[in-house]
Amino acid sequence: MISILLAFTLMASQPAAAEPPIADPSIKPHYPTLPVITQNEHLLEQFGGKDGLTALMDDAMNRWLANPRTRPFFEHADQARIKDLLVKQFCVVMHGPCTYDGRTMAEAHRGMNVSEGSFYALVEELQVAMNKRHIAFNAQNRLIAALAPMHRDIIDQK
Amino acid sequence: MLLNKIPRAALAALAGAAACALAAPAHASQQADAEPVATDDAAPAKPEAQPQSPGDASHDLMPLRNGGRLLLTGGVSTIEGAGGGGLAPWALIGGYGTRDEFGAQAYGTGVTSEDFALVAYGVSANIGNRIELSLGRQNFHLQDVGKSLGLGNDFVISQTIIGAKVRLIGDAVLDQASLLPQISVGVQHKINDDKTVVGGALGLKRSGTDFYIAATKLFLDKNLLINTTLRLTKANQYGILGFGGLGGKDQAYKPTFEASAAYLVTRKLAVGAEVRTKSNRLQGALGGDSFREDTAYDLFAAYTLSRNVSLTAAYVDLGHIALANQHAAYLSLQVGF
Repeated sequence: MISILLAFTLMASQPAAAEPPIADPSIKPHYPTLPVITQNEHLLEQFGGKDGLTALMDDAMNRWLANPRTRPFFEHADQARIKDLLVKQFCVVMHGPCTYDGRTMAEAHRGMNVSEGSFYALVEELQVAMNKRHIAFNAQNRLIAALAPMHRDIIDQK
Repeated sequence: MLLNKIPRAALAALAGAAACALAAPAHASQQADAEPVATDDAAPAKPEAQPQSPGDASHDLMPLRNGGRLLLTGGVSTIEGAGGGGLAPWALIGGYGTRDEFGAQAYGTGVTSEDFALVAYGVSANIGNRIELSLGRQNFHLQDVGKSLGLGNDFVISQTIIGAKVRLIGDAVLDQASLLPQISVGVQHKINDDKTVVGGALGLKRSGTDFYIAATKLFLDKNLLINTTLRLTKANQYGILGFGGLGGKDQAYKPTFEASAAYLVTRKLAVGAEVRTKSNRLQGALGGDSFREDTAYDLFAAYTLSRNVSLTAAYVDLGHIALANQHAAYLSLQVGF
């Protein structure tokens, strides 16, 4: 009985990663920027660890710069910084030994007016990049499922 | 004898799809300059500098640009033209259009069973991932059954299906943190052309309107899509055998239940199964089981050949039609934007 209760308690208390601070109090995120989705590093290992994520983001960024739907959001931006932050974010989400030092998704995308089509284009290029690195399809989907709800903080943010 | 019909059914299906594809040349031409989107080719093209302010590009319901949703997330076209599986309409809006876009689909489907062949084709439009409008046509070839009934060698019962679907709530794909499914309601108005058998010998109503509500959820972290649909209908065998009972009886709506489960194998391939119950209001008519209706089942695989073209193959157990169980092969080609 106690072990069952303990199990429930453990399930309820996801290993919360501290959310980034919000500079502007008018911003109310709908969803965590760092939703940790696993209790161990098995998922991250399927991505090749932090080094694998770094290689993945190098390829994904090239694809986002090539795709007319995503290019406008990256071509004049600090691409190295964005890649670094995404590696850290994905690493934290998959319970990796990383620290995310960027802003919340809500704050980072304010005023960018990202369309739903651009959001999906980004996901799709990321999927292609993950396929190129032979990351297992279910591992890909577990990560995307963790990121997809961020759409409320990303799409159509004036 | 059946074999003679298969190529014809398949050809007609392909012709239907091709005609529909050609009917929308504006898509292709306007697409040509842009959108080398997410191909699996080795290296991405080098970006060209192109001043453009972020985010302003696609916010005014841009028609005729390649819709942005993920592969297969509009489902395929059902035999009745709505976006969904093969048999059941889903809450997903067919075509790739996002909330800012228009999308369109065209399909051609051939189904051949022991005794019959069905050719279905049609088009659908997606308005802002909110509204789906569809127009479908079904030609049901009676083959030897028609011959034995003295109806000639190629007796065909045809019907037109005008459909509309509205997404009420939820996003099956994006809302991964919520258990709330995407929920849509839809209507299918069917007009059966056959005045010889359906309207004539059987004296059945030749048109009817189905109403349905569908709930669809993608459990992405499980690679699984689940759909359930509840339909109110008067149709017999999808409307191929008209609407309501014989002699003006049994005209009330009856509920039928449809469900689909699809497993995503890769980004481009889904396999699954479906079930669809029938209202079975003609059993006993004209004596015995001649017109009994059974629940239909299918096993399907849907594959996207390219972003705009997908192919669905299925094995369908249509249950009892005209005194014999009908096991069918189903092949559907679809183009989507």
